[in-house]
Amino acid sequence: MKFAVIVFPGSNCDIDMYHAVKDELGEEAEYVWHDAESLEDYDAVLLPGGFSYGDYLRSGAIAQFSNVMKEVVKAAEAGKPVLGVCNGFQILLEAGLLPGAMRRNESLKFICKQVELKVENNETMFSAGYDQGEVITIPVAHGEGNYYCDEETLSRLKTNNQIVFTYEGENPNGSLENIAGIINEQGNVLGMMPHPERAVDELLGGADGLKLFKSIVKQWREANAVNA
Amino acid sequence: MYKVKVYVTLRESVLDPQGTAVKNSLATHGYEGIQEVRIGKYMELTLDESVKDVDAAVKEMCERLLANPVIEDYRYEVEEVVAQ
Repeated sequence: MKFAVIVFPGSNCDIDMYHAVKDELGEEAEYVWHDAESLEDYDAVLLPGGFSYGDYLRSGAIAQFSNVMKEVVKAAEAGKPVLGVCNGFQILLEAGLLPGAMRRNESLKFICKQVELKVENNETMFSAGYDQGEVITIPVAHGEGNYYCDEETLSRLKTNNQIVFTYEGENPNGSLENIAGIINEQGNVLGMMPHPERAVDELLGGADGLKLFKSIVKQWREANAVNA
Repeated sequence: MYKVKVYVTLRESVLDPQGTAVKNSLATHGYEGIQEVRIGKYMELTLDESVKDVDAAVKEMCERLLANPVIEDYRYEVEEVVAQ
């Protein structure tokens, strides 16, 4: 399986994302620059964290109009797995691939620490490797992760089971309903503030994030075995 | 030429943690009677005569990029200026 790791000017978790896929997962990964014309060669798209375009105007606001985002939209429409982490999540929100928006953390502080997450929905291609209700430990590192959406959107998220991860115990940023990660209605675009790519090796403090990447590969293998 | 002043603020329904922090700080400095502080962004755009419908153009820019309609409101003022 071949993953595209999108690199914007100001991305800074691209190398961690590449490492997670290539070295820990053992799958193919390539860096793809923000002005790329096509993502046809890839089976999945990863939008890494960082400060794309310096977070000017709003986090993700300028990145949403970069060339490659048209291709990310196409990949999403084609049903390919698209994962946005941290700034990648913010970009997915700005691009309208996921509903809602990010506000500054309630504390106004940049927060960088391990947090506990509850798996609210394990019936997605990203979370199938976890147990329903399982509590996992993944680090967060952000200043704007305070998820917000209007009531109508929230009830739609709940009805469709689109809330995949919530903060367990302490909510680090004040997000609505403790939301840490949501998926689109079609179930192939996931955005989350915590960094699974930074939790892929016990040596670095935990490997709970690896299951997320393994879930993507497993689902893809099964889908493609059927088609073959 | 036109000078356009764009103001972007968080919507009334969205809590503004920066505004709340500034309000509390003002209270600490002894300023009384401050009901609310809202923090926003101010942008100045200079447009030339090639822009035909300034109003429509600015509105579109605000909705597509300058503001995020999910959490922000915007307003703007257009002023005609002489090119230098």
